Amino acid sequence: MSKLQVASSPHHHNQRDTGQVMRLVMYACIPGVLLQFWFFGIGVLFQITLGIITAVVTEALIVELRKKNTERVVKDSSAALAGLLLGICIPPLAPWWVVVIGSFFAIAVVKQAYGGLGFNMFNPAMAGYVMLLISFPVQMTSWLPPLSLAEQSFTFMDAIYTIFTGFTVDGYSIAQLRVGYDGMSMATPLDHVKTQLVQNYTVGEALQSSIFSGSWGIGWAPISLAYLAGGIALLKLKVINWHIPISMIAGAMTVALILFLVDSSQHASPSFHLLNGSLIIGAFFIATDPVSASTTNKGRIIFGASIGAWIIIIRTWGNYPDAVAFAVVLLNMAVPLIDYYTRPRTYGHRVKASAIHSKKEP
Amino acid sequence: MFADYDHIMERLALQQLWDFPGGVHPQQNKTKSNQTEIQRIALPDLIHIPVKQHIGVNGDIIVKVGELVAKGQPLTASESAFAVPVHASTSGKVIAIGDHVAAHPSGISELTISIEVDGLDTAYEFKPLSDYTKRTKNEIIEAICQAGISGMGGAGFPTHLKSNNVKPIEFLIINGIECEPYITSDDRLMREHAWQIRQGIDILYHLLQPKQVIVAVENNKPEAFNTLSIACQQQDNYQVVSVPTKYPAGGEKQLIQVLSSREVPADGLPVDVGCLMYNVGTCYAIADAVIEGKPLIERVVTITGDAVETPQNVWARIGTPVKHLLTHANYDSDKQAYPRIIMGGPMMGFTLSSVQVPVVKITNCILVPANKELPTLEDERACIRCSACADACPASLLPQQLFWHSKAKEYEQAQEYNLFDCIECGACAYVCPSEIPLVHYYRKAKADIRLQQVEKEKAEKARIRFEARKARLQKDKDAREEKHRLAAQARAQTMTNDGGAAKDKIAAALARAKAKKAAMAKQNNEQISAVSEETYVERAKERPSANTEISKSAALPTDSDAQDIDALKVNAEPNSSADDAANAKKAKVAAAIARAKAKKAQQAKQAKENKASDE
Repeated sequence: MSKLQVASSPHHHNQRDTGQVMRLVMYACIPGVLLQFWFFGIGVLFQITLGIITAVVTEALIVELRKKNTERVVKDSSAALAGLLLGICIPPLAPWWVVVIGSFFAIAVVKQAYGGLGFNMFNPAMAGYVMLLISFPVQMTSWLPPLSLAEQSFTFMDAIYTIFTGFTVDGYSIAQLRVGYDGMSMATPLDHVKTQLVQNYTVGEALQSSIFSGSWGIGWAPISLAYLAGGIALLKLKVINWHIPISMIAGAMTVALILFLVDSSQHASPSFHLLNGSLIIGAFFIATDPVSASTTNKGRIIFGASIGAWIIIIRTWGNYPDAVAFAVVLLNMAVPLIDYYTRPRTYGHRVKASAIHSKKEP
Repeated sequence: MFADYDHIMERLALQQLWDFPGGVHPQQNKTKSNQTEIQRIALPDLIHIPVKQHIGVNGDIIVKVGELVAKGQPLTASESAFAVPVHASTSGKVIAIGDHVAAHPSGISELTISIEVDGLDTAYEFKPLSDYTKRTKNEIIEAICQAGISGMGGAGFPTHLKSNNVKPIEFLIINGIECEPYITSDDRLMREHAWQIRQGIDILYHLLQPKQVIVAVENNKPEAFNTLSIACQQQDNYQVVSVPTKYPAGGEKQLIQVLSSREVPADGLPVDVGCLMYNVGTCYAIADAVIEGKPLIERVVTITGDAVETPQNVWARIGTPVKHLLTHANYDSDKQAYPRIIMGGPMMGFTLSSVQVPVVKITNCILVPANKELPTLEDERACIRCSACADACPASLLPQQLFWHSKAKEYEQAQEYNLFDCIECGACAYVCPSEIPLVHYYRKAKADIRLQQVEKEKAEKARIRFEARKARLQKDKDAREEKHRLAAQARAQTMTNDGGAAKDKIAAALARAKAKKAAMAKQNNEQISAVSEETYVERAKERPSANTEISKSAALPTDSDAQDIDALKVNAEPNSSADDAANAKKAKVAAAIARAKAKKAQQAKQAKENKASDE
């Protein structure tokens, strides 16, 4: 008999590897992406494709430079997922270089500069988004109204022309495209309400805009619900734990409810906050990024709830209409601290071992 | 904090249990091997019985090479309470006592008694204690010890030590969980020998007097549950409990938590929470030992995996080489591109380095997976901190932190994250999507830390020894310096008192001594020496205490007192042997110079005389 193979236990292994986890998350995005495409046009798919290609190419180049196994790294699909998540967040007709810069930054600086997958402190897609938002605020906030409300109809070619040249085939600019059929410039629901509040309108008055149907922005609420479906699938498949999404939504809802109860004319309702922005996609797809999130169950609850609360704080008093990226990046910084203080009690240990403070032997 | 006895009894009556955190549900693969009865197999040609198969100390070997032994004959004996004897598992001739590859992950060799099997299987005389209820506790424990029983669930802790318990016990827990995939040896034993297991439990009940006996069987073994329920139904305080299948529910700490909600303290034992646990196989062996007087010479071993054609359970004599079992189960080496044999289950078993490894008392399974059955992991990737490991950990540890610190060799931090509470069940590595061999890192870290501790203790001892030596040397040095100082003082005193005379005296004495030496080497005439004496005395006056100069003195053929100079030397340099050597050398040189001078002078004289005679 030839030499026996020696290996360390366990010899049994479940068959879900990192790449599969990442791909499952990407598949779960599909319903939301399709609805986004339905409401906002082909531009959505362009941005996502550009985001993914840039991310994967950047990752491959850097890994090649670092002399690591490129094929293996690319196969884990983490770069593709970051590109996808960033692409989803970019306005559909933003110039091509916006998503390319953002995606490159996310992979090269936020992820690989820290050592690659597993070592990045910040969520790459969200850090990339924050960088874009503060660097290119005009391009990053030029969301078009849903197609059904647009004054100008536009085609597949219009989308390509706009992304690459800034103008449609007929020569309209994005600013012109954003004008609704009522002659008003269209904004996202959150943006619109925020602007109206600044101009001393009440929330109720703001909701009278044609971009709303009831208190839900046309297009935005169904997209949120589609991402919710994807998120629930991820929970069912045990790709993500419930702690972060549930606590994040609960945190946001609690703060929103308190504000709403204090003054409902100045503060939108919790359901408005829930469905009109990126809270749900943030809760299920972004804050759950394992690398940059808290790792203990208690810590995940604190992490999620803080993000949720922070989102509403920024939406209410901050300068930005949506705030998932800011809140996630801010809380990423707190993760090491949260993790340290939320260690679970080990079997057979009476109190939480916080040996740094009490040097007593257990 | 934990449930009390009455609460636990209420819950048990309702078949309500607790749960332990984490755990995994690997594919069971138990039906491969549990469909047939436990087989009796042909005896091997050779058996190898390691002298130590338990946690504790070796017994002394009481047989010699060439001696004929009978089945069940003890091969070792000891007065130590931590020693458990081993027995010949069949009759034959002892052909070797020496190192043989052991049932250990490292593949090291251990002291082993090899027996050439004669095939007769003649039995040794057994002394049953079937009337054990009338015997004293000590007699029963002695019988268990002499039968060589140590925990058969895997740990190998001497059963007689565990049973010699004085603390109050609420629950005697009989572990029939067998949570590792593939293994079915306890399953078959429970199905086929429930009655004898029950007899073993009776003996333990008699010994330990617990309030309640809980027999725990995982709910994936309904047949075993039924047979044990029937076997135990007459006993009011015995309850057979069906435990939900989850790995590692059969771990001692986890099973106690599931049944009682209690946790064994990190620095304590199950008895500290009123529990004591025995494996069903151990109960079976106890019944054999006490009622039949038969020592532990065989056990049920599962031979399974897709690389054997007939997976099954067999009664394997202790010491049977694994190769013999594989042959019996029709091992097909073509099904393994890289041969791999696992002793134990897929979660906690270890790979063997040789097929000559013998079955020992804790061997419950030989697993030979086919090529793609249990793929080996070679593609370790970066940890993505997904915490799947923490979700799976039954001890509520944070495996990814332990991994991080273990890999970085930050052992203090690893210990702060309770590295030593890891039971190495492998649940974390099982779920890890990055295929990191986590348990391997923990084992290495633990081994390193233990080694560091041993070395630290050694270093501490060495430090104490070194410091003691330093202090001793310092003391000696101080004493010498003090003596030296006093002597110098005395000398200075004498010199001051005598004025220059003393100096001259000393110098003269030294010069005399040296000159005498030189003179002994070579005869000299008086003329030259007179000149030399003058020269020397001048020099000696300049540096009276430097005895290094003394040797430069010329030959002086006067009578001198050797004792004087010796005494002086000792006073001047009391402990410098190196200087003495140097002095001797210099003296020789001086003597040589003196000789040369004398010769020259003589030649000169002769020349003068010659000249004079010529004139």
